[in-house]
Amino acid sequence: MKELTIEATPENVDTVIEFVDEQLDEYGCGFNEKMAIDVAVDELFANIAHYAYNPDTGYATVRVDVIKEPLSVEVTFIDNGKQYDPLAKSDPDITVDIEDRPIGGMGIFIVKKSMDAVKYEYKDGKNILTIKKKLQ
Amino acid sequence: MTVNTQKDGTKLTVTVDGKLGTSSAPELEKAVKDNLAGITELVFDFAGLEYMASAGLRILMSSAKVMKKQGSMRILNVRQPVMDVFTFTGMADVLDIRPA
Repeated sequence: MKELTIEATPENVDTVIEFVDEQLDEYGCGFNEKMAIDVAVDELFANIAHYAYNPDTGYATVRVDVIKEPLSVEVTFIDNGKQYDPLAKSDPDITVDIEDRPIGGMGIFIVKKSMDAVKYEYKDGKNILTIKKKLQ
Repeated sequence: MTVNTQKDGTKLTVTVDGKLGTSSAPELEKAVKDNLAGITELVFDFAGLEYMASAGLRILMSSAKVMKKQGSMRILNVRQPVMDVFTFTGMADVLDIRPA
């Protein structure tokens, strides 16, 4: 288990992705799985950076756990910001024509689709969001 | 991420390499916006694109809305992780996307 606590700003998204990638590389994570996890980390950390403490700033902790049998990785995002469950939002309608399609609202939906499990809890004043992806 | 734009008459080719996410999306958005006037054929070449998050998807959606009025838009050489994002979001059904 490794964790990183860092100011939740959009500028720090890349630092967080690099931190997660370092752990994934240690376990020989495949390219496609790694890219899927990177996208999820981008979406979730950017969400915290944009909304959790707005208009103030604050910190977030990102924790990476590797689980054996089956080999999988869990990434947990913890912040002390406003209570917010991103999974509660209803999924976007992805069948409408391009003209009528809203530009945003796809981030969390992509995470739900690409990860094997996504879990949210609010505990002791903290938002705790965990994603899990099998590496094989 | 690196972005290259190439104009050939009314055709614009935008080549994107690396990772297209929250930190890099504004650069691509500007590159497209600055060059889109008068374009009838817009081509994105994603051969070197490793991943795309929703910040990148937003740019493609708004570009597609503009090109629906102005002409055509194609996305070429899309690798698996990026194709997955297009598939998950239903974009693969409404945009002209070709795999690598």
